[in-house]
Amino acid sequence: MRNRSWQQPTEQEVTPESLFYSRRRVLKALGISAAALSLAPSASGALWDLFADTSSPPARRDPLNYQKPAAYRPDLPWTPEEKVIGYNNYYEFGLDKAAPKANAQGLQTSPWQVVIDGEVAKPMTLDVDELRKRFTLEERIYRFRCVEAWSMVIPWIGFELGALLKWVQPTSRARYVAFQTLYDPKQMPGQADGQFGSGIQFPYVEGLRLDEAMHPLSLLAVGVYGKTLPPQNGAPLRLVVPWKYGFKSIKSIVRIRLLEKQPPTTWNLAAPDEYGFYANVNPQVDHPRWSQASERVISSGGLLDVTRQPTLPFNGYADAVAGLYAGMDLRRSF
Amino acid sequence: MGLTPKAMSVLKIGIHLLGGALLGWLILAVQQDYFGADAAKELIKYCGRTALEFLFLTLLISPLARWTRTPALIRLRRLVGLWCFFWACLHLLAFAALELGWDLSLLLEEVVKRPYMLLGSLSWLLLLALAVTSNRWSQQRLGRGWASLHRAVYVVAVLAPIHYLWSVKAITIKPVLYLAVAALLLLWRLYRHINGEARSR
Repeated sequence: MRNRSWQQPTEQEVTPESLFYSRRRVLKALGISAAALSLAPSASGALWDLFADTSSPPARRDPLNYQKPAAYRPDLPWTPEEKVIGYNNYYEFGLDKAAPKANAQGLQTSPWQVVIDGEVAKPMTLDVDELRKRFTLEERIYRFRCVEAWSMVIPWIGFELGALLKWVQPTSRARYVAFQTLYDPKQMPGQADGQFGSGIQFPYVEGLRLDEAMHPLSLLAVGVYGKTLPPQNGAPLRLVVPWKYGFKSIKSIVRIRLLEKQPPTTWNLAAPDEYGFYANVNPQVDHPRWSQASERVISSGGLLDVTRQPTLPFNGYADAVAGLYAGMDLRRSF
Repeated sequence: MGLTPKAMSVLKIGIHLLGGALLGWLILAVQQDYFGADAAKELIKYCGRTALEFLFLTLLISPLARWTRTPALIRLRRLVGLWCFFWACLHLLAFAALELGWDLSLLLEEVVKRPYMLLGSLSWLLLLALAVTSNRWSQQRLGRGWASLHRAVYVVAVLAPIHYLWSVKAITIKPVLYLAVAALLLLWRLYRHINGEARSR
């Protein structure tokens, strides 16, 4: 093929074939090759490589010993394990739902230290192994509702956040709890891409009011489906607050800090009119761009087997947690 | 410079192959769990982006025809435009079926309530009008009005990328890039309209 710039047309004969390729070249130069743009960077390459599994082997997951308290075993159909661990929002590892599983397997989750400090009588730095041993682990079947209007039912394994907080003894000034995800751009390619790549600032930070954090439903999860968490679900330690939208349930926690004032939270910083500090699941308060009145259930069904169900106030936990917000205007404090 | 009928056929087959190959890719991708364990959301986005890509391709044809001095290329716009409409239909169908589970009252409610949905719906309706009138018969019936009607493609080129940018949870590079490509293709026309025509007079 002649190496002719397309800005300079000549009178020479241009065969349809070379025209075809030059157009391809233009498209490529503009970066709008139809297939290419739709692919994750990790999957680019020859066409026959597109679906080859280039990701590293799945991270090791160890079996856990845990109790199964009846109070946390509602009769709900569990979302299949492969969907729980294969459909994730974890921007540190990429933007689409398949990216975290594809890119997170190399995350170094052991040893893993968590700093607990701020307004506490006993600040400490703990290894996750110690936490797993110190607290009795429980399996709890929780509803999980993403702010994107999809939902799952997930068998988490963990211990109450309140138990850990009692151990470190919050001071009388402590009113809020702030959490922080690992910041390590070498391990987390999404962080290396920065805000323009991901749309949010890193490290990911979240927060709860102290009374929310002390609520027995607030769980620090170390496992799911009987084993330790896979990296894409927030290994080795993540928060699970089942009555709030999923983005509150921060993953791969390295720091827990008790504070007097309300801490900044990642999605609230990115779009304060769309994501509030409280982010309680509320079918009455729509996201500005979509309805929160119902949700798509990620179930065992196939692609065409779509279930939409009404979203429940506080994601079905209203009886347990509505009291925390007595007297508050939940439209304003969304 | 003209193109032989054979060359035109080759190009048209090429366009069909491209549209078909992307559909084949989509089916394979879903089968191979490429979009993750639940394909619905990513599939909807993929269809929308592909519709945009075909839209850009139609808008690229007239600059290409000019640069390569091959006006016959213009005749390919109909086919590329119809593929754009095809992918826009898949996008809409996928949203209605896979996201909303055919809850059409919710679809209507969302279209009315959400500005970004309104932009998307308007874009689809305009594409529908263009697709329906993309035959010779309509061209003759509508006379001069036909050309004006089909300039609506420029409106789609403004609305659809904004619809995409507005729909995402966090602003990232991809929707910005699509908007930039649309802007480039439209600005080229504006520039020619202002400059080129003035100079040729």
